[in-house]
Amino acid sequence: MYRILERKDLNSDVVYMKVDAPAVAKKCEPGQFIILRVDETGERIPLTISDYNREEGWVSIIFQKVGKTTYLLDTLQQGDYILDFVGPLGIASHTDNMSRVCVVGGGLGCAIAYPQAKKLFGMGLHVDVIAGFRNKSLVFLQEEMKRNSTNYYLMTDDGTAGEKGMVTKKLKELIEGGANYDTVIAIGPVVMMKYVSLLTKEYNIKTIVSMNPIMIDGTGMCGGCRLTVDGQTKFACVDGPDFDGHKVDFDGLMQRLSMYKEQEKHKCNLFRGIE
Amino acid sequence: MAKINMTPEKTKMPEQDPDIRNRNFLEVATGYTPQMAQEEAQRCLNCKHKPCVSGCPVNVNIPSFIQAVAQGDIEKAYEIITKTNSLPAICGRVCPQETQCELPCVRGIKGEPVAIGRLERYVADYMLAKETFIADTPKPTVKKNKKVAVIGSGPAGLTAASDLCDMGYDVTIFEALHKAGGVLVYGIPEFRLPESIVEKEIERLKAKGVCIELNMVIGKIISIQELHEEEGFEAIFVGTGAGLPNFMNIPGENLNGVFSANEFLTRVNLMKAYDPSYDTPIYFGSHVAVVGGGNVAMDAARAAKRLGAEQVYIVYRRSEQEMPARAEEVHHAKEEGIEFRLLTNPTKILGENGWVTGMECVRMQLSEPGPDGRRRPVVIPGSEYVLKTTSVIMAIGTSPNPLIKSTTEGLETNKWGCIVADEETGQTSIPYIFAGGDAVTGAATVILAMGAGKKAAAAIDKYLDK
Repeated sequence: MYRILERKDLNSDVVYMKVDAPAVAKKCEPGQFIILRVDETGERIPLTISDYNREEGWVSIIFQKVGKTTYLLDTLQQGDYILDFVGPLGIASHTDNMSRVCVVGGGLGCAIAYPQAKKLFGMGLHVDVIAGFRNKSLVFLQEEMKRNSTNYYLMTDDGTAGEKGMVTKKLKELIEGGANYDTVIAIGPVVMMKYVSLLTKEYNIKTIVSMNPIMIDGTGMCGGCRLTVDGQTKFACVDGPDFDGHKVDFDGLMQRLSMYKEQEKHKCNLFRGIE
Repeated sequence: MAKINMTPEKTKMPEQDPDIRNRNFLEVATGYTPQMAQEEAQRCLNCKHKPCVSGCPVNVNIPSFIQAVAQGDIEKAYEIITKTNSLPAICGRVCPQETQCELPCVRGIKGEPVAIGRLERYVADYMLAKETFIADTPKPTVKKNKKVAVIGSGPAGLTAASDLCDMGYDVTIFEALHKAGGVLVYGIPEFRLPESIVEKEIERLKAKGVCIELNMVIGKIISIQELHEEEGFEAIFVGTGAGLPNFMNIPGENLNGVFSANEFLTRVNLMKAYDPSYDTPIYFGSHVAVVGGGNVAMDAARAAKRLGAEQVYIVYRRSEQEMPARAEEVHHAKEEGIEFRLLTNPTKILGENGWVTGMECVRMQLSEPGPDGRRRPVVIPGSEYVLKTTSVIMAIGTSPNPLIKSTTEGLETNKWGCIVADEETGQTSIPYIFAGGDAVTGAATVILAMGAGKKAAAAIDKYLDK
């Protein structure tokens, strides 16, 4: 059992939780994830570690209420317990050979982009952050991101906060303006990562994307998280979650992500009491 | 002299009717009654040379426990079995007795061998049903004050832990999943091995003093070296199994509706997708094609049928004779309405809008036996056809998980990724690390893993006693 030390609502859909897990906190690195199970009849879901403190022995997660499990997790308050919490899983993000980096986060992806930006900025690198949201009410981690980046650019689809437009618009503008990035890290909806990768390919800038597909065990056992990278099948849980954005088959991945969509929707609606 | 029952056939095992059981997850074989057990026990000739014992990877004293059953002393029978086998309720159900203890049975020459497996199960179930089963667990009588870690709680790990605990070591099992039992709980389905049986065996282990830590992925949360150097585990047994699923690498394998048998069975067993009160989603559509001919393929096919698939195929490239699955499981699968497409090999999985709609197959024929005596399957030219199916389950074997290897410097593995370990002791290239089970041999059986766990426990004792 893993105690929730703190919880905060970052916006109407996104929740932050700090979880007491000293052994995970001792070992984890940015880019790694945990798998949790809320209760005995619950699913196992992967969530990327958004922050950690080795001395205080906690790791934090940020999740969006999208399915039954995340709605169930949302019912837990500070002091409550999560039944199972296993990690750190996956390979930590590589930070070698980088000096000028652009970290692009889309929606919930900002939760995962944040620890990466924080680590790279802490290493003394030039780190620009482009954070994209649908509208102003969904913006989160703005102050934390600002503190941990050289420049922070906020984009919203409707222009209610920051600049209006997609993250790719800002990224293109910065590249064209001579930002001279050696690496772009894109984390967010698959479709966003796809278009960021298409853009950076034109400029031949190394691009890393982070995958969060369907998985059960997170140790390479089920193969549910497989995706095609450079024509080869890879398991996101053990070979990733980071991959070369110029080599990932994003369309195939989007298809696989829809695997249980109908069943998920049904369970979720039942849980929320929606007809 | 005890009465001998000269009936040439085994006493029949009561079973659920095939057309009823293929719609539920209850156990197929319901177990002997006391009278059936006694009748069957009386078929044993109590041979002096005990050929059955040498057929058992953990050398259970078979004739002697069967004599106890014949005399109606089930507790004594249990005591005899558990001297060398710590998981009899499990072995009685899933061991391939027909190729082990029952194969050399003298009664098998002019009829069927003694039903050793069924009797073992009877004895174990009789004891498990007792309310005091857990409380009666014999505690270790000596204490060594030395810590040993066991990685993985499958059959190899459980056996090693049990033996080491009996010897007086402080044993901690580290399990990656949220439930202990390894393949016994994520792989083998409820209708073949009920979870409650595994749970009871594990409770008994805990009652003995074995500590089990769940949600611990060794290599990630802590390395083997750290367990040894920082946490004070003087020896470590690695029984992490062969959990990495193999795929065929044919076109269409990443379509929606294609699963590894591991994923399908884990959803069904560990995550209980068959129970509507669980949140686990599962998909298979109307038609399921399971590729492979082993026990795992049979388990996946029979599970899919129980979940409500209209048509379930086993697609296997050789003939029934070459199938690695136990004859009993093949027989059960056929009874339950699974259709066998033998001498058939998939070449491509077809899909529409990203979902499986069929599987292109070719027919095969077996060549004349080669120098190794094996008849190889050869494609019959022009025999392509499409098997209509909405899902495909790949059950073509598993490989050892590379996690331990990649995080343990100096641990030697072979070209298949199996940990290199001494056959007699399980000792690896790092002296304090021992290994056994599927992690060493590649995918094999529960009992072979148990045998390896047993040998390693004895070797660890010897190693630490120095």
